[in-house]
Amino acid sequence: MNVKLWLLCVCLLLPETLRAQGYAGLGGSADGFDVPQPGYQFEFPRDHGPHPSFRIEWWYLTANLKGDDGRDYGIQWTLFRSALKPMESEGWQSPQLWMGHAAVTTPDAHYFAERLSRGGIGQAGVTAQPFEAWIDEWHMRGPDPNTLSLAASGDQFEYNLTLNAKTPFVFHGDAGFSVKSTDGQASYYYAQPFYTVKGVLHLPEGDVPVTGQGWLDREWSSQPLAADQSGWDWFSLSFDDGDKLMAFRLRGARGDFTAATWINADGSATPLPDGSVSLAPLKTAHVADRDVPVLWRVTLPDQDLDVEVSALTPNAWMAARFEYWEGPVTITGSHSGRGYLEMTGY
Amino acid sequence: MTRAVIQALLSHWRVHRLQLATLLIGIALATGLWSAVQAVNAEARASYERANDQLAFGQYDELRNPSGMIPISRYVDLRRAGWQVAAVLEGSLQIGERRLQVLGVDMVTYPTLPAVTQVEQSATPPNPADMLTAPGRLLAAPSVQKLLRDHPHLPPVLPTDALPPDLILTDIGVAETLLNKPGQISRLIVLPNQPQSVQPLSDIAPELELTRASARIDTAQLTDSFHLNLTAFGLLSFAVGLFIVHGTVGLAFAQRRAMIRTLRALGVSMQQLVWMITIELALLALIGGLLGLVLGFFLAGALLPDVAATLRGLYSAPVDGQITLHPHWALSGLAMALAGTLLASGHALFRLSRMPLLTGAGLQAWRGATSGNRVIPLAGVFLIAGGIVISYLFDGLIFGFAMVAGILTGSALLLPVLLSLVISAFQRWTQSPVAQWVWADMRAQLPGLSLALMALLLALAANIGVGTMVSSFRLTFTGWLDQRLTSEVYVTAPDSELGQEIAQWLTPRVTAVLPIRSAELMHETGPLFLYGVIDDQTYRQKWPLIASTKDDWDRVFAGKAVLINEQLARRSNLWPGDFLTLAPDHTLTIAGVYSDYGNPTGQAIVSMAQLDQIAPGAEARRFGIRVAPDRASELAQDIRDRFELPRHAVVQQATMKAQSLAVFEKTFVVTSALNILTLGVAGFAILTSLLTLWTQRLPQIAPVWALGLTRAQLARLEVLRSVLLATLTAVLALPLGLVLAWALLAVVNVQAFGWRLPMYLFPADWIYLFALTLVAAFVAAALPALRLLRLPPADLLKVFANER
Repeated sequence: MNVKLWLLCVCLLLPETLRAQGYAGLGGSADGFDVPQPGYQFEFPRDHGPHPSFRIEWWYLTANLKGDDGRDYGIQWTLFRSALKPMESEGWQSPQLWMGHAAVTTPDAHYFAERLSRGGIGQAGVTAQPFEAWIDEWHMRGPDPNTLSLAASGDQFEYNLTLNAKTPFVFHGDAGFSVKSTDGQASYYYAQPFYTVKGVLHLPEGDVPVTGQGWLDREWSSQPLAADQSGWDWFSLSFDDGDKLMAFRLRGARGDFTAATWINADGSATPLPDGSVSLAPLKTAHVADRDVPVLWRVTLPDQDLDVEVSALTPNAWMAARFEYWEGPVTITGSHSGRGYLEMTGY
Repeated sequence: MTRAVIQALLSHWRVHRLQLATLLIGIALATGLWSAVQAVNAEARASYERANDQLAFGQYDELRNPSGMIPISRYVDLRRAGWQVAAVLEGSLQIGERRLQVLGVDMVTYPTLPAVTQVEQSATPPNPADMLTAPGRLLAAPSVQKLLRDHPHLPPVLPTDALPPDLILTDIGVAETLLNKPGQISRLIVLPNQPQSVQPLSDIAPELELTRASARIDTAQLTDSFHLNLTAFGLLSFAVGLFIVHGTVGLAFAQRRAMIRTLRALGVSMQQLVWMITIELALLALIGGLLGLVLGFFLAGALLPDVAATLRGLYSAPVDGQITLHPHWALSGLAMALAGTLLASGHALFRLSRMPLLTGAGLQAWRGATSGNRVIPLAGVFLIAGGIVISYLFDGLIFGFAMVAGILTGSALLLPVLLSLVISAFQRWTQSPVAQWVWADMRAQLPGLSLALMALLLALAANIGVGTMVSSFRLTFTGWLDQRLTSEVYVTAPDSELGQEIAQWLTPRVTAVLPIRSAELMHETGPLFLYGVIDDQTYRQKWPLIASTKDDWDRVFAGKAVLINEQLARRSNLWPGDFLTLAPDHTLTIAGVYSDYGNPTGQAIVSMAQLDQIAPGAEARRFGIRVAPDRASELAQDIRDRFELPRHAVVQQATMKAQSLAVFEKTFVVTSALNILTLGVAGFAILTSLLTLWTQRLPQIAPVWALGLTRAQLARLEVLRSVLLATLTAVLALPLGLVLAWALLAVVNVQAFGWRLPMYLFPADWIYLFALTLVAAFVAAALPALRLLRLPPADLLKVFANER
């Protein structure tokens, strides 16, 4: 297996790989890496920076945007960190590997780019204070995590955006300890779902000034998915009334595992345990030689939520070395709004 | 009717089995030698291509620092400005007597190489953590893996056959430790898919130079001249082989005249006959060609290891030592056989088609038509003149060969006329009737023998020319080695620190310790190795300068001037008084040019202080030690024992010379082999021609026999005639060979290697060759002479009875 592919697999928690590598499933400290523990006290700005003693970590930003041409757009900016060993060192031999993914989705096109680097030389990394996450010329930086400038480019696109938020971070699961399977695999997981976004997209069809909403996910862990889990479906939904919902489903041979967080417009959040939310695919589209669900029914009886979530562009395929689907969605039904959907393992 | 014609045609070969064998051997030799050279060339080129594919060489634009290495910070600057580049660190590693190339690439950003894919898809894929972090993993061909097994301090080796020989592929982080070049990058490759807008290079890294993939000189271009050299020899062998075919086919046609006349009288149309004979020739060509391919395959297999060794030693070009059979090689070999045979028989076929129905069947009539032809000598003069004019008008290896080819073929075409003139002169001096007859007869035989003699002339000239070149080179080279390898002992320490320690320990014990330190720079003509020297009489007295100025060494040691090697001087046309820029704002006057036969790359010598200024941190691991020669062995052993150095790290002068000479011998072993084969083919051509002439000898000899000369006398005269003609040809070949040697030394070598060598003459070699020629001519004539000796007198009598 390719080094890069391996890196991606680790990032995206592909269980097959991990079985092959010989550390299937269960918690416990994997090869000397730290493992998320319940009751962890987050400390900022430190925890917005990297945690080299954990195997995997990401800074994951998605935004639903409206162009001054009236069209819907979506952007993704992601920096993954993956550690070969639980340490950092200077120079080429740093065991910390970094991968950037950036994409722009329009109603009829999907542009993406991928960057790879290793730590220790300054080509990629994250500093907590002042906050900067970068790989090559891509960056997400600002004086504090709520005031950011964001840039990325590929051979077909480029974007320069500013992000502003006023509310504190939202912690998923048990105060940021997010359980991922019935076996107990977990991650540290918090988010800033309340960014307002402004800026310009440079696309092959021309420059488009845009405004909209952004959502940053921060997550780190050393524990892969459970051995039977083959992929996930992850939703971040922003409703027109200001409420938000984060929900995911981990698909496993022993049954699906779901979790969700209901986020009120004022930033207060309610974690919802396995089985609370129902995520059901209604229709698939044939994308990149496989069938990917592009229309979903999401129901959450607690909040009287019953909506259909449909992809803005079915073709939002990230044809990176390891492939997955990531794109903007529109919400109709009991609630309306926009959001992002990520699907792996198809 | 067709059946009858076929039977008639075949009957000829049934009767003349030796002729058939000769024809097939001729075709097989021509095809075999040519195909062997082609296979060797193709294999070498395929190796380069494979290496290029395996290492993604030549596919990407590159950034280099003309004055040295690139620091990691520069790489990061470029990356953070959007430039998608990947870092490469290269260097060489001495393992025992092998010098291995180390290619360290940033495995994370470099395009995935086949070797990496292969290793990672193997049954036991390496853990990426092991590949990227200390101690790391080395990827190498299985043969290199074996070599590295005895070096436990190296990282573990993963075998892969997707790498060229003599190369170690590894991550750049492992390579910087292995090569002791921490934080350095040799070059950056520019990846495809650059972002939409990137800052210009001049804003981020003005010191770096961008080289387009298309503009780079690759191994194939570097070695072009070498392959052209081989091709030229292959072509020469092919031409000589065709002389045999031409002679044999001509004879066969002559002998078939009676049969053809009969067939035509029976109603076979000329058109049909020409077609059938053409098909017959094509079949023979295919059979001979197949034999030739078998021959060529084995010959190539025998030649390739030496060619590979040469290419590796001379150009660091990666070549596998094994030949593989490609269908297109076989096809092109057969096509060559077919085309060659038809070319060689074209004339005979054409004349056959024009043959009047009722012409006489005599051989003499057949031959007579070509004699007195003035076109051929004129063409010879024209070719020689053309060759000389071309070499004056154009520069380049191909024109050098054009000149050689022009002079050679032109002289060959002139040969019959020259021989005829010489023989006429002899004839005028002689009085006795027998002697007069011998000379006159010899002249009469000339047209029939001329092709074989031309072949002999070419082979002899090539032999003298190439022999002179190789021997001149060897003499120059050994002289140069004596000058260049002046130190009695050479030491290579594992690192600079131990190097310093050894030097300090040695200083009070020996006459002088001469550090050998160098740095690799980039010059517009390619890599340039800069050497630093300290002031020592050794250099002043012994360094082999071919162009110098007053106080040259004084100025070099004072840091004011530089010495450059001949390759750099010729390639860049830089001579004493010109300037050489070694780094930005660092230009020195050229004080002298020295000869350098060790490698094809450019080299320059400056004072040690200058080297430290231009390339700070150049490693100080190697030393030459001046010591009384009788103490050398003892000292070498002392150093090994005291500093625990392996045997090969401390080398005495004699060993070094022997190693260098061994490389040299390999360089020309192929040329010499082809040379000898060509001479063999020429000898065979004489034999076939004499056998051909034999059949027409009887009517000419019978009257002389009838006049009273015995068969023994006649047989002696036959041998004498053959030896005399060969002698005359050899005498004429000598000046031609010397002209060829001059052309090879002064034109072809300068183009191919960048060296101009003085020409030395080796009369002893000529005498040997001369003797060899006489023996060949004697042996070739012995067979027909023996036949004559045993010929029943009745057969000679029949001549007067039979209609010929």
